[in-house]
This record gives sequence, structure tokens and C-alpha cells, in this order.
Amino acid sequence: MSNSSQTIIARLARRNAAQALLFGASFVIALILWQIGYMALNLPSFILPSPAEVWLKFLSVLRNGVLWRNLSQTLLEVLLGLVFGSFTAALLGYVLSKSPALERLFSPLLVASQSVPMVAIAPLLVIWFGPGLFSKVLICALVVFFPVLVNTLVALREVSPNLRELMASLEATPAQTLRTLELPASLPVFMGGLRVGATLSVIGAIVGELVGSDRGLGFLINVGRGQYDSALVFVAVITLILLASLLYGSILLLEKRVLAWQTWRQAP
Amino acid sequence: MMTSLAADPALQVSSLSVSFLEEDGSLEVLDNLTFSIERNAFVCLVGPSGGGKSTLLRTLAGLIKPAGGKILFPLHHGTTPQTGLVFQQPNLMPWRRLTENIALPLELAGYPREEIARRTADMIRLVGLQGFERSYPHELSGGMAQRVAIARSLVQDPDILLLDEPFGQLDEMNRERMGDELLRIWGQKRKTVLMVTHSIPEAVYLADRVLVLTQRPARIGLDVEVPLPRPRQPELRYTMEFLQIARRLHEHLAQSQPE
Repeated sequence: MSNSSQTIIARLARRNAAQALLFGASFVIALILWQIGYMALNLPSFILPSPAEVWLKFLSVLRNGVLWRNLSQTLLEVLLGLVFGSFTAALLGYVLSKSPALERLFSPLLVASQSVPMVAIAPLLVIWFGPGLFSKVLICALVVFFPVLVNTLVALREVSPNLRELMASLEATPAQTLRTLELPASLPVFMGGLRVGATLSVIGAIVGELVGSDRGLGFLINVGRGQYDSALVFVAVITLILLASLLYGSILLLEKRVLAWQTWRQAP
Repeated sequence: MMTSLAADPALQVSSLSVSFLEEDGSLEVLDNLTFSIERNAFVCLVGPSGGGKSTLLRTLAGLIKPAGGKILFPLHHGTTPQTGLVFQQPNLMPWRRLTENIALPLELAGYPREEIARRTADMIRLVGLQGFERSYPHELSGGMAQRVAIARSLVQDPDILLLDEPFGQLDEMNRERMGDELLRIWGQKRKTVLMVTHSIPEAVYLADRVLVLTQRPARIGLDVEVPLPRPRQPELRYTMEFLQIARRLHEHLAQSQPE
């Protein structure tokens, strides 16, 4: 058995290496296309800056601390929004899963709230709660809320009725059932919701910052746009992409740690 | 109807009735059931499918509230649970290792850690799964998983072991092997066992006594002693005495099952 698991690990490692190689290759291809486009179209740099210009801009905002000041603000908003949004969603999801009547009462409201695009109500929220940290965290939490809530509901509904009966036969209390059955059983689907939520949280933070703020990557994009400094916009956007990927990757990593017992499902 | 009264009963059921609320009125599943089970006896329960065998077991395990009647555990003295239930599926938690699955009832009951470790190790030895302590359920065969389920049901040392078609999902060979395994465990632990099965040969091979339930609403249709010698050996299945008892059960079941 250990032998076969070793070959599986070796195979997974080979697959990971191949994936990393492909990822790097796609990055290089994008850079080359960009450079070719820049040289062929010969546009002014406020419309399309060259990779080299963007790189220099990157180094300069990195050195003078501008990048970190804005990145850290966005990161804070994204993380706080993710934590608060997913926590309330999980809590409400648990309550709703215990009461079908409540779920029927709430679900039209929830669906209706989802048909309003965040871009449309973000200005209102900024007016109500000011241009500071709070309105951004609120926007992030709101966009994170729905996917996590839906996944929590699905996950809890899919907890095996046989295992529920086992817990009943062992006279487990609701708290024990939550800790020993519902939490571990719903974790895989819940983590899926969290992954989607993390990406949405980044978008939420940027939308909020574009509407009104004095710090953050969205603010940096606004500044670059106002000064026709396209290189700065590029730096902000690329940092944003890196931030979102990093967040997504960390949750994936967390998922692998927490769900070690089900690695066999992903094995080839 | 023959309902032998046990002298030293581990379980006494009197006038037990269970009914379910259906959309078109209530459905009577168990009707005025009375029987008792001798301490340390191995009793099998057979009957037509959908006839309330599982319902009876679940009622005894406290999962279903009876509409009327009494369930008594005369030997019970409060510290251990009255019943341990084994389901048709092993019902193991896929995220728990073998040891952790067996330890679950003790954890829920709040046993101290050393006690949990000691009892769990004892159980693993009892069901012969040493070396698989750290395995996850998906790494176990069907028979091994069901042995884990049996160990889990015994770990709190209940008065009566209730088994609901525990080997129904195994193939014939594994089924017979697990039957022998169960007899060995029963011999070592001296437990009272009540087991539902739909296999007449399995019931005759394992049990001291076989109860046959009737069609719904279920009553005890037949109560047969199995005076075959123990320890039971596989060859027993081909002896005249064995086949006679099996035939009697079969004929009774065939009559009560309208086609």
C-alpha cells in the first residue's frame, strides 16, 4: 500500500511540475505578445506602455512605498470582508438548514439581493458609510456572502442521513453533531464556496475603491487614469491579478491541508 | 403464537406498537408485539421485506418512539448504554481513521482520553484489525469496514447488540466468513445479540432462536429454537437438522408472503 501511495505521490509531483512549467510558459507568451503589439502598433505610451516601462514603474512604486501602502489596504479590505462575509454566511446557512420555514422565508430575499449588481449599490454604500475602510469591507462581505451561504446550505443538506442516524443512536447533542459530523462533512463544499468568495472579495474591494477612496489598488488605478499614467494602471492591475491568484492558491492549499483524508479522490 | 418467557431476560418487550404518520392516515408497522430475549442469547429476526424488522430494531435502539407498549432491559444498571446498533452499511465517517471511528461513541460520551485509547485498542484486537489503526474507511474492504462498525457498537459495552442486516451488502463468501467472525466475537464477549437478516440459512447458522415476523402490521408469527451444537462449523449447513429448521422457516415465510 505504501508502495502504491509513493508512486501516486511521484506522479502527482510530476504533474505539478508540468503544470508549473505551463503556467510559466503562458506568462512568457503573454509578455512576448504584449511587446510585439507595442512595437507593431507604435502607440503613445499613455495608451499602451511597453513591458519595460511598466517594469520600471513597478520598481519605482515599490521603492517609494506607494505600492505597498495601497496593496496592504486592499489586502486588508479583502481579508476582513472574506472573514466577516463567510462567517455570517456560514452562521445563517446553519440556521436556515435547521429550519425549512426560515429558508423559504429568506430565499426570495436572498435571490433578489443577488440580482442587484454590486457596482450599482457600491456608490450608495460609500455615501452611507464614508470613503474609509468600513464601506469597502462591507462591500467585500456582501459579495462573499451569497456563494458561501449557498454552498453552506448545499453542504449541510448533503450530510449523509445514515450518519445522522448514527449520531442520533449515540444520543449526540446538536453541538456534538455540529462538531463531529456536520462540520467535517460539509467542509469540502464549504471550502469551494470560500474559494469563489475570495476571488469575488478582490473584485468587491476594487469596485468600492474605484467609487471613492484615498488608498488601495483601486485608488491607484484612479490616480494613474487621472494622470494619463497608463504604466501605473498596468502595475496596479497586475498586482491585483497576483493578489487574487495568491489568495486563491492559499485557500486551495488550506483545502488540501484540511481535507487530507480525501486526497484519494483527486488522485489519478 | 409461541412466546417463550425467558428466565433471565436481557430484553423484555410487551405489547409494543409502532405506527408512522403517512399522508393518507397512519400506518401501523408493529402491532402489539410481545417477546423476551434470554441473557447472552443470539436471536435472529426474519420476516417479509418491508415488514417492520428494521423498525423494531430502531425502536429498541431508541430511534423511534413507540405508540404503545413497554421495552425493558432488566439487566441494565445505568452506566453503560442499553443497546449498540450496527447498520446495513458500515456508516463510518470517511474523514476519521479506523481508530477514531471506533472511538466515536466514547468521545461523545465524554470518556477520558486514556480510557478511550485502551478500549479502542481492545476492540481493534477483538475484531482482528491490528495494523489498520490509521487507515481511512475508503482503504478498507466491505468486510473490514463492517467489522469496524461492530467494534464501534461494542466499544461502550452495551447490554444488547442490535444488528440490522449487517452483512447484506457483502458477497456470499464474505458473508459466511463474517458470520463466523461474529460468532467468535459473540463467544468472546458474551453479549445478547438481536440480528435482522433476510437469509434463512444465515439465521439458522448463527442463532439460538429465530423469530419470524408476519406481514405488516407485524406480529411474531413463529418462534423457533435452534438446538444445534456450538461451536458451529460451516459443515453444519448441510446436516439434516439444519435443513429441517431452515425448511420450516421457509415454509412459514412463503405462506405469510402473499404474491
